[in-house]
Amino acid sequence: MSATEPLMEVKDLEKHFPLTRGIVLARKAGAVRAVDGVSFEVIKGETLGIVGETGCGKSTTARLMMRLLEPTAGTVRFEGNDITGVKGSKLKAVRRELQMVFQDPYSSLNPRKTVGSIVAEPFAIHGLHRDRAQRRERVKELMDRVGLNPEHYNRYPHEFSGGQRQRIGVARALALGPKLLIADEPVSALDVSIQAQVLNLLRELQREMGLTLVLISHDLSVVRHMCDRVAVMYAGKIVELAENEALYGEPKHPYTKELLAAVPGARRDRRTITG
Amino acid sequence: MSSSDDLLLRVEDLRVEFPTEDGTVKAVDGITYEVRKGRTLGVVGESGSGKTVAAMTVLGLTRVQGAKISGRVVFEGCDLLGLDEGALRRIRGNEIAMIFQDPSTALHPLYRIGAQLIEAVKAHQDVSKAQARTRTIELLDLVGIPDPGNRVDDYPHEFSGGMKQRAMIAMALANEPKLLIADEPTTALDVTVQAQILALLERLRGELGMAIVIVTHDMGVVAEMADEIAVMYAGRIVETAATEALLKSPEHPYTWGLLRSIPKLDGPRVERLEPIPGSPPSLIDPPSGCHFHPRCVYAQPDHARIDPELLSLPAEPAHKVACLLEPQVRRKLWEEKSV
Repeated sequence: MSATEPLMEVKDLEKHFPLTRGIVLARKAGAVRAVDGVSFEVIKGETLGIVGETGCGKSTTARLMMRLLEPTAGTVRFEGNDITGVKGSKLKAVRRELQMVFQDPYSSLNPRKTVGSIVAEPFAIHGLHRDRAQRRERVKELMDRVGLNPEHYNRYPHEFSGGQRQRIGVARALALGPKLLIADEPVSALDVSIQAQVLNLLRELQREMGLTLVLISHDLSVVRHMCDRVAVMYAGKIVELAENEALYGEPKHPYTKELLAAVPGARRDRRTITG
Repeated sequence: MSSSDDLLLRVEDLRVEFPTEDGTVKAVDGITYEVRKGRTLGVVGESGSGKTVAAMTVLGLTRVQGAKISGRVVFEGCDLLGLDEGALRRIRGNEIAMIFQDPSTALHPLYRIGAQLIEAVKAHQDVSKAQARTRTIELLDLVGIPDPGNRVDDYPHEFSGGMKQRAMIAMALANEPKLLIADEPTTALDVTVQAQILALLERLRGELGMAIVIVTHDMGVVAEMADEIAVMYAGRIVETAATEALLKSPEHPYTWGLLRSIPKLDGPRVERLEPIPGSPPSLIDPPSGCHFHPRCVYAQPDHARIDPELLSLPAEPAHKVACLLEPQVRRKLWEEKSV
C-alpha cells in the first residue's frame, strides 16, 4: 500500500433535496439535508467503512461519490482531478474507474437478460472486447473469479440464489477493472450463512486486484470485520472517523457509543457469542 | 427442568406441508418444543427454515392456505390443531398474540392508530367504546409512546418505524396474552430502535409475566432475549438448549457454522470468516438423511441415509441435538476449532 496517497477526496459535500408544496404551482417549502457537509479521503488500497442508520445519508454519499447524483455543494476529487462537474466522454472515462455493488441482488439485475449479457454490458457500453468470442471468454473468466460456474453463462438471474446473484453484481462491477469499488449494503439482503461467503469474496478480490473498497453498511460487526478505517454518519454528517481499532476500542462520539451499545448481544457480556 | 405445571405450550411432532404446482413443500418437518410460563424461547433459522410457518401454525394462521398439518399444539392442555375456527379465534389475540416483522404493512394506513387498537380491545372484551379508548391510551403509555392521549388519534404514517412496532406490541398486549409470538420483530428497524424494542419486550415480559417465542435469523437477538434457543434448519429443529449452553458449547455443525460465520464486535479480527458452504436446500426436495449433510464438512457417507433424531446429551438432558456424529467426536471437533 503506497502509504497515505488519497485515491478520492471528498470535500464539504452537500446534497439537499428540495421539498415542494402544491401541485400546479409548486414552490419550495424547505429541503432535506441528506448530506450536509461531509469531508473525507479514501486512501489507495484501503477499505473505508461508512456506517450509520437509515436516513443518515450514507447511500446518498455513495451516489455522490459515483456521480450518480449531482451535489448541491462541495467537490469530489478522484486521483487529484475534480470530477464534480465533468460531463460526456470525460465522465464516462471516470466511471470506468468507479464501480458499485448494490444492496438488493433481486432488483439490481435485469430479469430479462442472461447473466452473460449482464456481466458483458460494461464492455458494450465502453466498446471493449468487440469480438464476441473474446468477450465471452472474458465474461467466463469473471464468473469463474467470483465463484460462479462459467457454464451458467446463458442462465437468467431468477435461476440463481441471492448469494449467487450478488456474485453476478460483483462480477459486473469488476468487468472494467475499476480502481474504486463502492459496495452499498452488499450483504444485508442475504442469509446469515451466505453473508460470510460474499464478504470473503470481496476481501480476496481486494487483496488480489489491489482494489480500494468503500463499504457502506448499517451492520457494525460487518464493518469492523472488513474495514481499515470507519466513518460514522448521523443526520447527514460524519460524527466520527477513525482507524478500526480506535473506533471500536475507544469510541469518542456519544452517538458511536450508543450505536455500539445497541448491537444485540453487546450488552450482556456474559452472553457474548463465542466460537 | 420443566415441571408439568409451568408448561404453557407444547408443540409435538408438528408437520406442515403445502401442495404447490412444483410439488409438496415440507415447510415444517416434525418439530417438538416446549414453552414455559414467563420464559422466552428463541427460534433461530435462515429464510426457508420453516421458523415462521411453524410459529404461524401455532395460531392456526396457515390453515387457509390449504396446508396439510399434523402433530399436536397443546396450549394449557388443549390441542389447538383440533379446534374449529371460532374456538381458535377466542384464543388468538386473547391468550396468544403475535407481532410481525414489518410494522408498516401490518397497520392499516387509512385508520387511526387508536381506532385499530380499540378494535382489538373490543374484539375480545365486552366494553364500551369509551372504556376501550381509555384502555388503548393505557396500552400506548405502557409501550412507551409519548403523549398517548394525543398520539392515539394519529395515522400510521405519522408514526416512525419504531413507534409503529410499539403500537403493534400494544395491540398484541390488548388482552394480556399469556404467550406472545414475535416474528422477526426488529428486523425492519435500525439498530438503536431495535435495542429499544427488545428492551421493551423484556420489560413487558417481566411486568406482565407472559411467555415469548421470538423468531429471528439474528443470533445476537436471541443471545440477548432468550432463555432457551431452538435452531431450525430445513424444517427441523437441529439443536435446542438453554441459551448459555448453546452459545458456549454448541453441538451441531450447523450451529457452529452460524456462530462462526458472523463477524464479531469483540475479540481479535480474523482475516477470513468461515462461511457455511453451499446454500439452504429446497424444501420440496430436501436432502435425504440429515438435511444438513450436503453442506456439512464432517458428513460421513451414511449420513445421507439415516435421519438423525433430536436426542438429549447424556450429561445434559435439556441440551438436545440432531446430529449423527458421535458425541465425543463432536466435542473434539468443536474444541479443536475453538482454540
